[in-house]
Amino acid sequence: MKSAIVKSFFAVSLAVAVLLAPAGLGAQQNKPWEQIPTPKLHEFKPQQPKRIELKNGIVVFLQEDHELPFVSGSVLIPSGSRDEDAAKTGLVELYGQAWRTSGTAKMNGDALDDLLEAKAAHIETGGGEDSTSVSWDSLKGDADQVFSLALDLLLHPKFNAEKLGLAQQQLAAGIVRRNDDESEIAGREAAKLVYGPNSPYARQPELATIGAVAVKDMDAWHQRTIGGKLIVSVGGDFDPAAMEAKLRAAFEGLPPVKAEPARKETFPGPKPVVAFIDKEDVNQSNIEIVGLGTDRHNPDVPTLAVMNEILGGGFASRLFQKVRTEQGLAYSVGGGMGFDYDHPAAFQVMALTKSASTVDATRSALAEIGGLTSRPFTQEELARAKDNILNSFLFRYDTREKVLAERVRLEFYGYPSDYLQTYRAALEKVTVDGLNAAARKYIHPDKLAVLVVGNGPEIKPGLDELKLGPVTPVDITIPMPGGKPGAGEKKQ
Amino acid sequence: MQRRVFIWFWSGFLAVAMAWTAAGAQDLKSFEQKITTKVLPNGLTLVVCERPEAPVFSFSTFIDAGDVNDPSGQSGLAHMFEHLAFKGTSQIGTTDYAAEKAALEKVEAANNAYEAEYLKAVGRDEKKLADLKAAVKQAEAEAHKFVVPNQFTDVAERNGATGVNAYTALDETVYFWSMPENRLELWAWLESGRLSDAVPREFYKERDVVMEERRMRTDSSPQGRLVEQFLATAYVAHNYGRSNIGWPSEVSQITATEAMNFHKKYYVGSNIVVAVVGDVKASEALPLLEKYFSRVPAGPKPEEMTTVEPKQFAEKSVVIREATQPMYLEGYHRPDYRDPDNAVYDAISDILSNGRVSRLYRSLVRDKQIAVEVAGFSPFPGDKYPGLYCFFAVPAQDHTTAEIRDGIHAEIEKLKTADVSDDELAMFKTRTRADLLRGLADNQGLANTLAEYQTRYGDWRELFRELDKVDKVTKADIRRVANQVFQPGNRTSAWIETVAPAATAQKDGGAQ
Repeated sequence: MKSAIVKSFFAVSLAVAVLLAPAGLGAQQNKPWEQIPTPKLHEFKPQQPKRIELKNGIVVFLQEDHELPFVSGSVLIPSGSRDEDAAKTGLVELYGQAWRTSGTAKMNGDALDDLLEAKAAHIETGGGEDSTSVSWDSLKGDADQVFSLALDLLLHPKFNAEKLGLAQQQLAAGIVRRNDDESEIAGREAAKLVYGPNSPYARQPELATIGAVAVKDMDAWHQRTIGGKLIVSVGGDFDPAAMEAKLRAAFEGLPPVKAEPARKETFPGPKPVVAFIDKEDVNQSNIEIVGLGTDRHNPDVPTLAVMNEILGGGFASRLFQKVRTEQGLAYSVGGGMGFDYDHPAAFQVMALTKSASTVDATRSALAEIGGLTSRPFTQEELARAKDNILNSFLFRYDTREKVLAERVRLEFYGYPSDYLQTYRAALEKVTVDGLNAAARKYIHPDKLAVLVVGNGPEIKPGLDELKLGPVTPVDITIPMPGGKPGAGEKKQ
Repeated sequence: MQRRVFIWFWSGFLAVAMAWTAAGAQDLKSFEQKITTKVLPNGLTLVVCERPEAPVFSFSTFIDAGDVNDPSGQSGLAHMFEHLAFKGTSQIGTTDYAAEKAALEKVEAANNAYEAEYLKAVGRDEKKLADLKAAVKQAEAEAHKFVVPNQFTDVAERNGATGVNAYTALDETVYFWSMPENRLELWAWLESGRLSDAVPREFYKERDVVMEERRMRTDSSPQGRLVEQFLATAYVAHNYGRSNIGWPSEVSQITATEAMNFHKKYYVGSNIVVAVVGDVKASEALPLLEKYFSRVPAGPKPEEMTTVEPKQFAEKSVVIREATQPMYLEGYHRPDYRDPDNAVYDAISDILSNGRVSRLYRSLVRDKQIAVEVAGFSPFPGDKYPGLYCFFAVPAQDHTTAEIRDGIHAEIEKLKTADVSDDELAMFKTRTRADLLRGLADNQGLANTLAEYQTRYGDWRELFRELDKVDKVTKADIRRVANQVFQPGNRTSAWIETVAPAATAQKDGGAQ
């Protein structure tokens, strides 16, 4: 199977190389746009937020911005769904909802809703993969009151069974509907191929696992995580000295933060497989070609970012040019090597094409992936990718809000505060040789899995024509507790 | 990438349309200092808003034409042209335009010959058809020799353009992106070029791409299918009832000539507003923009359509029985955005479905626990012509669309028979003002809004003036409008009823 994949990559990609050679070589007589002057960019020093580390280890960021009369803030709390008990998968999502809707002993969630909405203000809570959060925003005049409500919610939630039940019902509705949308199926099942079905990065809540969550689990989660290294950030129209004093008063008295234990995880990556999910009510296939990506600590990331731009970044990328512009096989096509901050993301290339062209589009996408190692990068591709990335780089920090969010992110994952600058400098140094070496190091077609979600009878030629080994059907039946029939078979 | 926005379930542009009087720095007066407008001799309107927070700008090119203007038999045409607008001009995207032009004419001739045979009602010759198809492919390959693929977007992206995109709605077509401020002139060259000098390059391949877009958004999406059937049922005469992305048989037969004719008619100065927001000085930018955008041809403002949807007198419903989970959608005809009651509809939406305090959330989601999501919104699918006031809901597990429908109708009945509270009305006014304000700090959002208001009202200032209309909404207005519009005879409803998947017959094709 391994060798079959490798062979077909090379065979197809060579054919592509020959076909591609003439394209784009026609000399253009004049390029009028190159005559248009590019003046020097206006001087710009993005305003950095003020960072304050409290004695207990809590970190505070303040970002003044007086353009509009609003103040917003958030508290980020380490630990998220990847840390929850597998038997209670969905706990953190439920927690993120029920926290806010339950409210506090002083004011329950419904009363909070009434009070805040009348002021066009918001306080929200959320639960994600690696963190939970409380955030707020309001007009300047209401900022003190809204902050003290948010603080009360952060430190003294009073979880209630009724609101947990409501959150369970919302999540259950999502579970029984999760096979209705083709792209949702593809994204979810692709993650399972990459990380394994039981991995904290891919497992999915089931009716049974969310049903196992009780109020005491909410309390326990809060108690366990609230002592972590909180990151408090506030932005907007405030007086910085007064705001600092207020935040110190609120957070300095908390006990010293407890460090998160180091994560011990292994990521073997997917098995090379052709997986298929049959969906009768669609006329288009979702194709996902996936492998293991990397994380941002990896010094090769700048090179990989340039490679991504060339493979699937913009209109001029290899995938877009080939599969969409030249072949007209897809509206949606793209992808590349993913990198997360503290664990490997996925390598992922996707294309959506009509049932009948599933095999053609899959082959084309595979050929472009394989071509990363067989079709050497050119100076022109490198220059284009660098232009694309570097000339739009300032959109990463063109608002004070973005600068603040970036600093919080870097703090959360333990990256230096000048990460963007060093990242940019590294991008500038990427070379063609570096790209070719990175492709050889990271692009392993024999380690990729192919997933297709589509209408089986319409897919002609069939996926066996890919000649990548047997096609493995994936069962996505939704487990119904108590032996009830699977979702989709129930009459109203 | 050129995505099409089905203005799904938010209530159009008027929802963000109010000002905040208390905020001294962000009122109409302050914006009059920042905004300069100019109408060029060709009729095109420029709106420049100075917001020098960072050395970047965003633009929005707003064409007052969308798929509602597609001629009969050519649904999806406006959107097809939008895709073409990314393919370059006679000066960019080609190695030799004179030769390419001749080759493109041959493509068109070959395609016409193919279509003529294809559409023969009697005596179609399949052999000849195949030959003609091959001739089209051959002509396309010839023309392709002169193409520098995606050069237009490539030049934009290499110069730092971000968020390069466009959408075609029923009412309008909008192009937009953001760029470093020192690329203003380059952008003006690119943008005015595609408005004035579009070329039907790679048209037929792009048509295949759009067909894929249709499969993704409509055919393969339960919600897409539901909405398409719902609108086709709600309207009997007006083009709002016609598939936004185009019926498959029609999109798949749109020709480059038809797309270019659409361009000629609707892409004239008087039908276009271009808004630029960011680190630009009007005094420096306007002469430059005028130089480039004067290239856009002048032309009469295209005539307004004559079709007016006749008054609905019979209640209509659509049931889709399929193996997906239930959803519910209903709509009532309402007037267009110029109606004096426009702000009253916004008040109804706010009170019924904005946030966890809203009546529909509290009743159907929190208390009865029959829905997990429910919204009232308008106008849909557009605002330029009379649209619909819609309700959309997702039932909770084990609950039916019938329960949902009854729950929504109970809330409508309350609106008709009792006044809303003072608090509810005040909340609507406060929240709409704050929402407007929040939208002012984003270059792209502001550019889109200014261009839209300049087009729809002839003056961007209406964005702030609408506050007066919002302030004047009364409880009696809400009750009156609810009674006027929410009548059974004015209703169309559509829902998905879940049935078991079709018998598992021959389903092995892909999985072998």
